[in-house]
Amino acid sequence: MIAFWILAPLMVVCALGMVVVRKAVHSALLLAVVMVGLAVLYAAQDAPFLFAVQIIVYTGAVLMLFLFVLMLVGVDTSDSMVETLPGQRVAAIVLGVLFAGLLVVAVSQATYGAAFGLEAANADGNVPGVAQLLFSKYVFAFEVTSALLITAALGAMLLAHRERLTPKATQRDMALQRMRDYAERGVHPGPLPSPGMLARHNSVDTPALLPDGTPSELSISRVMRAHGTVRDVSHDRLIAAEVESDTKQLGPSRTQDRQDEAGER
Amino acid sequence: MANSVSWLYLIIAIPAASAAVLLLSGKAADAWGHLLGTGASLASFVVAMLAFVKLLGGEASSESAMSLHQELFSWIEVGGFDVTFGLLFDRLSGLFVLLITGVGSLIHIYSIGYMAHDERRRRFFAQLNLFVAAMLMLVLADDYLTLFLGWEGVGLASYLLIGFFQQRTSAAVAAKKAFVVNRVGDMGMALSVMLMFATFGTSTFEGVDSGMEQVSSGTATALGLLLLLAACGKSAQVPLQSWLLDAMEGPTPVSALIHAATMVTAGVYLVTRSSFVYEQTELASTAVVIVGLVTLLWGAIIGCAKDDIKKGLAGSTMSQIGYMMLAAGIGPAAYSFAIFHLLTHGFFKANLFLGAGSVMHAMNDEVDMRRYGALRAVMPITFVTFACGYLAIIGFPGFSGFWSKDKIIEAAFAENVVVGLGALLGAGITAVYMTRMMIMTFISERRWAKEAHPHESSPVMTVPLMVLAVASVFGGVLLFNDWIGNWLEPVVGEGEHHELPLGLTELALTIMVAVVVLIGAGIAVRMYQRDSIATVPSADVSPLTTAARRDLYGDAFNEVALMRPGQSLTRGLVVFDNRGIDGAVNGVAAMVGGSSGRIRRWQSGFVRAYALSMLGGSALVVLALVAVRLA
Amino acid sequence: MSVTPFLVLSGLLFSIGAMGVLVRRNAIVVFMCVELMLNASNLAFVTFARQHGNLDGQIAAFFVMVVAAAEVVVGLAIIMTIFRTRRSASVDDASLLKY
Repeated sequence: MIAFWILAPLMVVCALGMVVVRKAVHSALLLAVVMVGLAVLYAAQDAPFLFAVQIIVYTGAVLMLFLFVLMLVGVDTSDSMVETLPGQRVAAIVLGVLFAGLLVVAVSQATYGAAFGLEAANADGNVPGVAQLLFSKYVFAFEVTSALLITAALGAMLLAHRERLTPKATQRDMALQRMRDYAERGVHPGPLPSPGMLARHNSVDTPALLPDGTPSELSISRVMRAHGTVRDVSHDRLIAAEVESDTKQLGPSRTQDRQDEAGER
Repeated sequence: MANSVSWLYLIIAIPAASAAVLLLSGKAADAWGHLLGTGASLASFVVAMLAFVKLLGGEASSESAMSLHQELFSWIEVGGFDVTFGLLFDRLSGLFVLLITGVGSLIHIYSIGYMAHDERRRRFFAQLNLFVAAMLMLVLADDYLTLFLGWEGVGLASYLLIGFFQQRTSAAVAAKKAFVVNRVGDMGMALSVMLMFATFGTSTFEGVDSGMEQVSSGTATALGLLLLLAACGKSAQVPLQSWLLDAMEGPTPVSALIHAATMVTAGVYLVTRSSFVYEQTELASTAVVIVGLVTLLWGAIIGCAKDDIKKGLAGSTMSQIGYMMLAAGIGPAAYSFAIFHLLTHGFFKANLFLGAGSVMHAMNDEVDMRRYGALRAVMPITFVTFACGYLAIIGFPGFSGFWSKDKIIEAAFAENVVVGLGALLGAGITAVYMTRMMIMTFISERRWAKEAHPHESSPVMTVPLMVLAVASVFGGVLLFNDWIGNWLEPVVGEGEHHELPLGLTELALTIMVAVVVLIGAGIAVRMYQRDSIATVPSADVSPLTTAARRDLYGDAFNEVALMRPGQSLTRGLVVFDNRGIDGAVNGVAAMVGGSSGRIRRWQSGFVRAYALSMLGGSALVVLALVAVRLA
Repeated sequence: MSVTPFLVLSGLLFSIGAMGVLVRRNAIVVFMCVELMLNASNLAFVTFARQHGNLDGQIAAFFVMVVAAAEVVVGLAIIMTIFRTRRSASVDDASLLKY
């Protein structure tokens, strides 16, 4: 019961928060909290199987599915909190409160008597008990839900399918395109250097330097560039140029010292 | 009961069948239609004669001398109300049948000539036959409801025949007016039948007769007054008299047959037939007398101011029927005189009307007497026959009208001095307007229009005139030895003999009447023969003349008292219907449309709004469940 | 442990989820609120299983989870497809079913 009185207010607050926050991802996370809380309550009510299923299936699969779709749709998009339909918000709140009140009144008016408890039902354990019911009394529903799941999977595949509007580019087409780009715009036709070959540092905000000392545009993510969080590497360039000129003047041993100096930065 | 014969129905069936044939055969019958119509009327007269002879020949006071009857079929059988369609040819209806078929046949013959130039002559004869059939049904009925059937039938025939000249708006209006005013009377008839059924459970004459003794005086009075109302409508008595003068729009044979000899006498027939009703109610009988008295004076006064020869005769008809009603209202003492006067009036009024028709025919259908004059030399036969009718109507001693009218005036005096004086005065005024008519038409100097070339009519028209003239002269024979009183006594009862007031003897009274008539004739001679008659009616006249020209403001009264309120009521109801009821109905429709227009904005298309409605709905459901639980 | 507090909690979570469906415009967040409502009903099922003393409630909750999973799969696929064509995940954009 203690678990209940701790979790219940938390769950209500999180549910309210889920409804109110602007960013969809925050809503999803708050929902996750609510679901986990529910799982604990299941456990407290002698339903360990459901406790596990809730966490694995609901929180783990369904909610993650929500998050994936959110990512595809646009994580950044936040709802405008301005209500477009006149009177909708007020009516919704009023009705919601009214409905809650009605349910509470309805529930509290009923007399339940002492709870039977699940000791008898769980005599062989909760999972065998559930299995016993599931495969005798509810076996038909069970089989039908299997059909349902298959249908759902097929449906999702069908809905998410994208028709090809242009024919798939073959290897020959890509090679020709590469040559064309080189001819017209001077884009390098060969493969890109393997990851890390031209990197100067292992942080993502430091651009790699091309052999001629210029920072490579391709080594920084587009998002970071858009945000302007790319580290300035002009200093690196100078040092690299110095190294080159030093190497010409000093010779091999001196060059080694200088290289150590330059490399140890 | 009485002798049952199987051929009585022919009297009605022959004219009815002829009417059907003439109406259905269309233009094919145009060549011989008039002959068939006249033949049917004559055949009906022959059968009626046979029946009458049978009645005459029966043993005195035996059943076969009382009446012949024939039950045809069971007409109505509804919840205790059983009416058998039966015919009763008794002493009273026998006289009527002879009058209708006899005078009717003469008028049929006359019409062959009168309507010779009309292309719708066949239809005229068909409608005339229809009328004859309906009128015969009226008088031969043995049940008030069957009588009502004939009553309505003559009303229909009258409407058709008044409006015979369809192209004339005035004819159509007159026909409509006659029908509508008659309807008021019909209402009285229908109510009386209903009252009879409610009181006696039957509407046959015998049934009502046997039940009248036990009935309360209130019911008897109600019956009497309702029947009087019906009679007023049909016989053009005050207060339902306004239609008769307008009915002169119809062809003259129609005016002669329907609005002089037969249909308008149906009211008198009804009152006489219902003698057993009026015997039980003093109030209704007095009402009949008053109606008769007022009308006889009313008609006479109007007749004096009419320049239209037919309208003058119509006013005269109204007045003479007033005499008949007066006599009928007095009771058993005077019923037979009423019927006697009815018969003689049938002869001389038909005679006068047909004579007027002959004059009109000769003067290119001109009806204004101010354009007549000096026709005596040009149309001798018409003049002589018209004169016979004239002498009969004013009551010249020896002629038929003298005998019948004198008896009525005598009975009026015996009843009440005032009534007697009124009847006497009426006789005087009758002399005035009839002499006026004679002078203006035949005797005064000629005032013809330029195109007029009057000539005597053809024999087909003059022979009926001559027959009727003979009847007008010698019709008084019916009173010989009080034959008619004895004849009708089994039907109408025996009258007590009242003493004349003021110690008058019958002879003194007769002389008084003759003197009054002479004075009346003298006044008319003075006014019209000595001074020349203007071709245009003078505008500078006394108020009484103005009133008489306007039918004693009868039409004006009807208009103000009944028509305008009726129209306002109708207009009000129409407004109420349009604004109120239609408004309500359309308002509901508009409301539904308007509210639906507003409610449909709820369908905004936004899913969240719909979800809101869903949550609201489910909240209501839960609320209901909780409320039930808590209650 | 009495049953009522759990049921009250279930009711509260359900109402909050319903309110969220009405208020949020992002389709995916609306979907998450629907999931919250389903979870709340699961809690009620499990509670009543304990009340009645048999495991039928837990079986029901299990089936709800299975169906909810299938529903999430298809629903999210639909949202993604719509997003691809319209470039917007707002539920207010599908408003053609109006007067």
